[in-house]
Amino acid sequence: MSLVLPRKWKKPAADRPERRYPALVVMALIFVVLLLGVACLADVLAPYDYRTQALRLRLAPPVFLGGTSAHWLGTDELGRDILSRLLYAIRFSILVALGGTAIGALVGTALGFLAAHFRGLVEEAIMMLADVQASLPFLLIALALIAVFGGSFMLFILIMGFYGWEVFARLTRGVVISARNQGYAVAVTALGASPWQLYSKHILPNILSVLIVQFTLNFPQVILLETSLSFLGLGIRPPLTSLGQMLGAGRAFLTTAWWIAIFPGTIIFLTTMSISIVGDWIRDRLDPALR
Amino acid sequence: MDWQALIRKLVRGLLTVWVVVTFTFVALNLSGDPIEALVGDQASPEVVQQYRQKFGLDRPLWEQYVSYLQNLVQGDFGLSLSDQRPATELIEEALPYTLRLGLTAFGLGLLAGLALGIVAALHRNRPVDRFVMSFAVLGFSLPNFFLGILLILLFSLHLRMLPSAGADTIWHLILPAITLGTHFAGVFARFTRSAMLEVLNRQYMVAARAKGAPQARRVLWHALPNAAIPIITIVGLKLGDLVAGSIIVETVFGWPGVGRLLIGAVTSRDFAVVQAILILTAITMVLSNLAVDFFYTLVDPRMRSARKEG
Repeated sequence: MSLVLPRKWKKPAADRPERRYPALVVMALIFVVLLLGVACLADVLAPYDYRTQALRLRLAPPVFLGGTSAHWLGTDELGRDILSRLLYAIRFSILVALGGTAIGALVGTALGFLAAHFRGLVEEAIMMLADVQASLPFLLIALALIAVFGGSFMLFILIMGFYGWEVFARLTRGVVISARNQGYAVAVTALGASPWQLYSKHILPNILSVLIVQFTLNFPQVILLETSLSFLGLGIRPPLTSLGQMLGAGRAFLTTAWWIAIFPGTIIFLTTMSISIVGDWIRDRLDPALR
Repeated sequence: MDWQALIRKLVRGLLTVWVVVTFTFVALNLSGDPIEALVGDQASPEVVQQYRQKFGLDRPLWEQYVSYLQNLVQGDFGLSLSDQRPATELIEEALPYTLRLGLTAFGLGLLAGLALGIVAALHRNRPVDRFVMSFAVLGFSLPNFFLGILLILLFSLHLRMLPSAGADTIWHLILPAITLGTHFAGVFARFTRSAMLEVLNRQYMVAARAKGAPQARRVLWHALPNAAIPIITIVGLKLGDLVAGSIIVETVFGWPGVGRLLIGAVTSRDFAVVQAILILTAITMVLSNLAVDFFYTLVDPRMRSARKEG
């Protein structure tokens, strides 16, 4: 379209940009902050230990369904306090997802830098591995790794870290290659900076915002991956707990005690949605092309 | 797509499958001694040695690798631990169920997503649009295992309308298909909306309107084909999600497909079945990616002569 319209024609009322802080984003942000707070303070906030069993009080309903205030959200099949378990589950799920996303981001970014620096065969090899990982659903790769190497906690975090590295690698490679040709990078090189100095002190700070956005977009995916695997009984296993593990265990009691499954499920849903909303918002704010 | 690009994509696909196969071989070799797992640690060294020879584990690693590849090419993925039947046989039995569920869910999701996306685009920024887009966000943020449980709770346990597990009748298909399809409906609705918005204000749309074409014809005949490229791209990209989603949904609903077979095999560490599913899925994904690429050329004549861009 080559037609040039006067400015006020170009943007009808309905198309005006959204407010700076839409209510939904604020709500999502508050929820994320609350969640992080709960994750940090789980041991302070929880009225009971998440492993304490009380078999005589098992499957007690939450307080709004006729339960007592001794167990606000009721108890599970072993009489463990669901509120306490929920708080600890939030902690474990957030911790695993944060650790996993961080590992993936570090490895991916490093490989992206390597690919951009060496080009040639190194780049080809890294990009081919990225292609392979991207062409297979990661859940399948994770399941295969668990089948072969078993289900230890450390391995599980490593598997979570395996997720998403290829996105970081591709992204980093792309932005580094384009950043290297920009004036500041050429100038710094001409002044005698080593490649290491160039990358760590000059290019990395410049592409950090892109990486942070990718981090917030990857984080809910890793939470979903963790909860899915734990739900299937192949991720975080008892005596540890996680949101997915609680939900999976609660499945067996849907007829008698649906709350065991519904509380962790709702938290998973709200968590992934809130972080996605916040992540999308940050991306829109940081990406000038979309403004 | 010219031949060069096609061949390059084929080579890339083959490399992908080769990496997956090699990865499985290495992983299996790193995982420990399969003979020990088979005969237990009480067995005498002679028995262990016998088994080693029987399975060819006394040969050098590269010979094992070559014969491993040969077996795979001949479709021999080994025997399942649980009942000593070929892994491929188990997959063959489960595959029709997975296809029935997956295709139904994908079809439902695509139809609903297209319809919702078009409606939203036509009512841009009006309440209908907001409502549809809220549904879309809800659809793809609800984890499918949780949605499945909510549906079971409502339709099976509360209303007692639909069965919650099994695959005997058409009724058994409804809940898992809705669970799996909702995610795709949400994703496709969002993409269809933005793809439609791209084209709805083009000059050929104005021209179509000026010549008096009714709205339905304008949307389906003029706008949709032009919006098809990004929609097909996302459909292709979401095939992986379909595989991952069906693994979980099949487990939630006790649907006897490949996904549930896989979870059972991972739990009992039945390597033959796991590797067979992994490798066959890799091949399927590579082929479907090629198919999507090929489909572009059918939809967009410009791509037939487009430069090779990988």
